[in-house]
Amino acid sequence: MGIKEAVDNSLDACEEAGILPDIVVRISKTGDEEYKVSIEDNGPGILHRAMPNVFGRLLYGSRFHALRQSRGQQGIGISATVMYANISTGRPAHIASRIEGEDEVAWEMDISVDTKTNRPIVKNERAFPWVGKEHGTLVEYVTKGKYMTGRQSIFEYLRETAIVNPHARVEFHDPDGKTWTFERATETMPPKSKEIKPHPQGMEIGDMMAYSYVSEQKNVKDFLVRDFCRVTPRLADEMTKAAEIDPKSDPKELGREGSVRLVQAISGVKIMDPPSDCLSPIGDALIKKGLMHILDGLRPEYYAAPVTRPPKTANGNPFCIEAGIVYGGEIPADSQVMIMRFANRVPLLYQQGADIITKAISEFDWRRYGLDQRGGKGIPFGPAIILVHVASTKVPFTSEGKEAIAAIPEIYDEIQLALRTVARSLKSHLNKKARKAKTHEKFEIVQEILPDLAKKVSEQLGRPIPDIGRTVTKIMNVVWIEPETVKDEGGKKKPDSKRFRYTVYNYTIRPHTFMVHAHLPVEAVPPSVREGEMFDSMNEEGKVQWKVSGIQPSTSAVIEFELRGDMADTFDPDDVYVSGINPVLVMGAEALPGDWGIKGMEITESDDDLVAQSDDSEEEPEGLEEEEFEKEDDE
Amino acid sequence: MNKRQKEAMEKLTGIAASIYSDLDSGEIPTMILPLRNKRNIEFDPMSQVWKYGSLRTTRTAKTTQGATTMLRTAYTTEFINEMIREEKSSTLREMYYISEGWNNARFHTQDESNLLAEDLETMTHGMREDFKLRPEESGAHVYGNITFRTQTKKGMKDINAMDDVSEQGFAVPYSVENETFQIKSQDVRFVMALETGGMYARLIENGFPDQARCALIHLSGQPARSTRRLIKRLNEENGLPVVVFTDGDPWSFRIFASIAYGAIKTAHISDYLATPTAQFIGITASDILNYNLPTDDLSDKDVGALHAELSDPRFSDEFWDSEIHAMLEMGKKAEQQALAKYGLDYVTDTYLPDKLTQLGMM
Repeated sequence: MGIKEAVDNSLDACEEAGILPDIVVRISKTGDEEYKVSIEDNGPGILHRAMPNVFGRLLYGSRFHALRQSRGQQGIGISATVMYANISTGRPAHIASRIEGEDEVAWEMDISVDTKTNRPIVKNERAFPWVGKEHGTLVEYVTKGKYMTGRQSIFEYLRETAIVNPHARVEFHDPDGKTWTFERATETMPPKSKEIKPHPQGMEIGDMMAYSYVSEQKNVKDFLVRDFCRVTPRLADEMTKAAEIDPKSDPKELGREGSVRLVQAISGVKIMDPPSDCLSPIGDALIKKGLMHILDGLRPEYYAAPVTRPPKTANGNPFCIEAGIVYGGEIPADSQVMIMRFANRVPLLYQQGADIITKAISEFDWRRYGLDQRGGKGIPFGPAIILVHVASTKVPFTSEGKEAIAAIPEIYDEIQLALRTVARSLKSHLNKKARKAKTHEKFEIVQEILPDLAKKVSEQLGRPIPDIGRTVTKIMNVVWIEPETVKDEGGKKKPDSKRFRYTVYNYTIRPHTFMVHAHLPVEAVPPSVREGEMFDSMNEEGKVQWKVSGIQPSTSAVIEFELRGDMADTFDPDDVYVSGINPVLVMGAEALPGDWGIKGMEITESDDDLVAQSDDSEEEPEGLEEEEFEKEDDE
Repeated sequence: MNKRQKEAMEKLTGIAASIYSDLDSGEIPTMILPLRNKRNIEFDPMSQVWKYGSLRTTRTAKTTQGATTMLRTAYTTEFINEMIREEKSSTLREMYYISEGWNNARFHTQDESNLLAEDLETMTHGMREDFKLRPEESGAHVYGNITFRTQTKKGMKDINAMDDVSEQGFAVPYSVENETFQIKSQDVRFVMALETGGMYARLIENGFPDQARCALIHLSGQPARSTRRLIKRLNEENGLPVVVFTDGDPWSFRIFASIAYGAIKTAHISDYLATPTAQFIGITASDILNYNLPTDDLSDKDVGALHAELSDPRFSDEFWDSEIHAMLEMGKKAEQQALAKYGLDYVTDTYLPDKLTQLGMM
């Protein structure tokens, strides 16, 4: 119903202008399969004189000599939405817009598209005081269509949009009179994407014909050097020579013949990849924030640390893959995992089966990472949601519908690499969960059962209660790290502050010195973190380490710190690592992974402790293996 | 407090003392018990019954289960000692409920408390009966010309299990040890243990105890310890042969095994409980064929039980091997009451006389 076009435009415009978006979508039923739709934003607004063309002229403003990662490159464009509304109901669209500035007034008008001439027809144009609106745009139209619910619905589109745009606030009034609000999760704006010139290797013959025809350069050499990126004069000479084209000729006269030769020549030269800093990935922290914010109702037990892969190039276009996994809680466990696909921060709801993301997920062996997958192929089963975002200056869609990404090998490989990383986090979470259960068991023994036992036998024998400290140490034989989120004490609530604590217990028979590592969200790190007693160092990514020095048997130490701001809750204290100690001795934290990027502490201790542990053989299961007499009731 | 009880008390206190000394010396409390499964039962040629072998299991406080069981042991030994001192007793079920107040040592199912009582037996070489723990009423009954001298509220009394009882017979008490229970006199030639109440009533109604001059014992399904002990005493003290008559299915084979060979669960006291000379008179797989009895199909569980028996050392003789295989092959089982196919008197007129004649008892 055209909502996607309008919302994508609003988000693009806000991003460009550095405004935190506030978008309100309203749908009401006006007749049989006829709905009134309005989309209002707080964007920068549209110049009065540009309004008719933006909404009433197809393909207006399509510029392909400048490439950038934007939402608007998808979909058919807002003017097509206006035109469809005109045709299906005979009614014009109503547009209002105001740009920022004290002297500016708001303008409103009714616009329809003259389908013969592709020119806007404007009526009822007037300036008006838009009370309470400093800037923004309203688009309103009546259109034919069906209002759908479920997986491929406006609601789902807006919900998923909110996940990958946590800086936006989206309000939705559905035709049944219900209001859904996706509140802004963060004030942090995504970095702006930059425009780049096309890369020669991304050019098809038709592109080259059209692009050369509109070039303002005087000759072909200048056209190649100035209208493309990464083309040096020397490279341009090489290309024109191979294509047998006079570098001094007019690019407008290249035509089909010349374009074919030039495109072929380009494929024969080696050109540097396009710059990739023009991309604006969402970033691991914001993906997590968005997922946490929108999916909280499902109470997932785990948000795998999302992955943003370094940018790569395919067919002359830079691209970047991001992935995340959410696991457990109330996510249905007995059905296929839910796949959320995004291209340039726009949810893709249709043609899931034809998409490269689905293909990459289906051809990944999830069984090794804790999800069910029959025969190691196909969409896995389990309580999980998998998110994959493809950001590119030109997302290669399979068709004009722009709902499925084409199977480009470079993109496929990158998606698989991103999936592997998040899947590994998931697996380690599941392992940790199992280990935690075991840790909990030991704790129950030493904290509850053994003291009871000591008391009871002493009572019975009439002797003093023995000190069980050494027995406890022998049973545990671990250094235990217990992560916790500190609850607010005494009702003093600081909404933007979260305190975390690691309590380190030494339940072994010798002292230990080692490092504790965690990855803090940089945005949330206050100076106080560096002032902590055990603080050792922290890098610019927020990877922090604390040093536990010579902790004695049967004693404990506490690492405590505070995080601030709206990113504070993205930190999961369970993701904690150690170095400098044999990880087998540690419960509650894992060995520092090899790809951490910072060298951990070397292990200097001997493995003596481990020998004592090796007698931890499984005992015979107690109880009887068979019921001796149990006779089945006769059926 | 008799001598056996005093010994029991000392041994139980010893268990607590051993836990105490482990804790006091900084060790992980550990208990060593015989492994109580079919891998660890061995035939004892001296007593002709199956007992636990040399395999041991170590229970340590390193696991929740081990630690919890030890804590339960501490509570239970204290509880038993108290009962012995105060000359009280409780049922296993009562102990299960009393444990409600034991916090972490609480029993979650009654099986847990039963198993623990057996553990204590294996550790102390005592008997549950000495621990003042009794099972629920066993439900077993005896009918036949035997006079028992047994403890009642009004002191020791003589009861004849034919003349002084209803058609139900004499109810077997939970303890049949000599202190409170004696076999005073009898005039029977053998003892027949029966699995089902229906067959027990049928034989009484048909006058079989008089006809064959025998005593009947209704096992009421799985024979309780006191029932097996009584059979053992009738056999040992009075020289009475014992025959066992059950349904023809894998579970009934196990009932016979527990009487004749000793049960896996109580192999530590097979000496007291098992009657090695007891003989099985059906229903066997061959009986099903020979007498052409009405049958039911074996269920998956039945088949599983038969296979388990094939790897059970107690059944590893020629007779059982061929019977079990025959039953697996035909895939059928039959109840003892299926003999009624040929009329109500068939079992007493034909089947049992046939069987007993083969054994030379009639």
